[in-house]
Amino acid sequence: MKRTIQFLTLALALGVGSATAEDVELLNVSYDPTRELYSEYNPAFAAYWKEKTGDTVTINQSHGGSGKQARSVVDGLEADVVTLALAADIDAVAAKGLLPTDWQQSRAHNSSPYTSTIVFLVRKGNPKGIKDWDDVAKPGVVVVTPNPKTSGGARWNYLAAWAYAKKKTGSDEGAKQFVTELFRNAPILDTAARGSTITFVQREIGDVLLAWENEAFLSVNELGPDKFEIVVPSLSVLAEPPVATVNQIARKHGTLEVASAYLDYLYSPGASAWRRGIITARHPHTPIPPISPVSRNWNWCRSTHLAAGPRCNRSTLPTAVSSTRSSRAAARSAVTVTTAASSK
Amino acid sequence: MLVFAEALRNGLGTYVKAITDPDALSAIKLTLIAAGIAVPANLVFGVAAAWAIAKFEFRGKTFLTTLIDLPFSVSPVVAGLIYVLMFGASGWARPLLDTADIQIIFAVPGIVLATIFVTFPFIARELIPLMQQQGTDDEQAALSLGANGWQTFWYVTLPNVKWALLYGVLLCNARAMGEFGAVSVVSGHIRGQTNTMPLHVEILYNEYNFAASFAVASLLAGLALLTLALKSFLEARHGSELARSQKH
Repeated sequence: MKRTIQFLTLALALGVGSATAEDVELLNVSYDPTRELYSEYNPAFAAYWKEKTGDTVTINQSHGGSGKQARSVVDGLEADVVTLALAADIDAVAAKGLLPTDWQQSRAHNSSPYTSTIVFLVRKGNPKGIKDWDDVAKPGVVVVTPNPKTSGGARWNYLAAWAYAKKKTGSDEGAKQFVTELFRNAPILDTAARGSTITFVQREIGDVLLAWENEAFLSVNELGPDKFEIVVPSLSVLAEPPVATVNQIARKHGTLEVASAYLDYLYSPGASAWRRGIITARHPHTPIPPISPVSRNWNWCRSTHLAAGPRCNRSTLPTAVSSTRSSRAAARSAVTVTTAASSK
Repeated sequence: MLVFAEALRNGLGTYVKAITDPDALSAIKLTLIAAGIAVPANLVFGVAAAWAIAKFEFRGKTFLTTLIDLPFSVSPVVAGLIYVLMFGASGWARPLLDTADIQIIFAVPGIVLATIFVTFPFIARELIPLMQQQGTDDEQAALSLGANGWQTFWYVTLPNVKWALLYGVLLCNARAMGEFGAVSVVSGHIRGQTNTMPLHVEILYNEYNFAASFAVASLLAGLALLTLALKSFLEARHGSELARSQKH
């Protein structure tokens, strides 16, 4: 009798043990153009995780300008993972002690499962004849770009223009002047990439939109190839949007394991279809550099180009470039340049 | 009208789908929760404050009146930021919240608090001028006839202002449901959790879901129309009384 009870208890315990499929929730705080990517990736990961562990994972999303989103996490938005537009924004979260400062070493390719680049979106027929960066900075052209202070994409826009001008003029001075002229053409600086896209495609303001390539493709797909054209400039940047687990918060929630798996799965062959939404079709085999000079120098970039204060106003944005010797040296290595022409 | 036309552009099916989408439903629910807490809370605060200001003389009365007007003069964004400063990760109330494991901003309590703050003046502002004009004669009569304070308030003061009170509640509710700025700052924009209807409209619009965005917007527009209709009805029926409170 006693044995039977013991047996039953054991069976019950085991039965319960294997049946406790947990319900877990993750909060992914991300930047703007990944809305579509994660709305498709999340159910796929949930299915994968369910099959692997039996747990049901629900992923909640928050999107906005990359800088603004990082700010929210710093202010207490309890993100389990951050998937932002550039390393500097995750650095800001790390500076708060929420994750190790060497977070970028924890995953392959500088923790960037996908890459993108900056292209131009113009109106059908390209009425202003915009072919390259020179045409964007011409007087009389209205440029739409988000604000580099709040938007990750806009910082990449800025660096792409800088890289082009640096190569063309060969000097920081020349690049500074070029970018100044370019930003003089930008009357509206939305806080995030999606806002700029809407300004350009929906409110029909401007001649050219400086955009993430996937954002440009989305506009063409959503609103019809009869309205917009994509122009690939002769030079652009290889943008590496990184991902990281916010260890301190995930540990508090008890979700560190699933949060890590969530990000690792982004690298899996199964996720390539969604990554392709971000990785550009035009640069299918852009080699990802082992260490990205851009990412490494974001702190330099932020402190010299994008420092807070009046120096960073629209018309004077580029004049914030410091002229110290060390930052000049950094400028030379700051931008990884990919030639669109070569991969066409 | 334009909003409704846009909302129904892709047919009734899309409209219903947009409104019954889980994220939309949760936004509607959150908006109702926020208004459902903010309006009764402000009803109590508003009546108490108006009563004290209009019927009594005390030190700091001007200060209290200014305090009530503060949410009108402060931009809602600033109001939101104040909450972030107070309850954010480095805010001064944080250690307390951490020990109690309570999340205020980027969660529902923050949204409710922000809504209460921005809608605070509506009821009190509606009542104060009317109460001041009515004076204290009725109350003194009631008191001299032997009524106690509570009876005086309940049977004399309150019936005198009931239409203005209803009017204030209507305005307060309309603003509570429509508030964008302050709520946007403290929301964190987590879909299905901390998105109110106005925030959800913005998200849908930014995702090229124009019909869905206008569908949710049409609910808010419907609410506005309802508020206007009720307001006109009140004005038509109790115009003279309301006009007195509007004069100030």
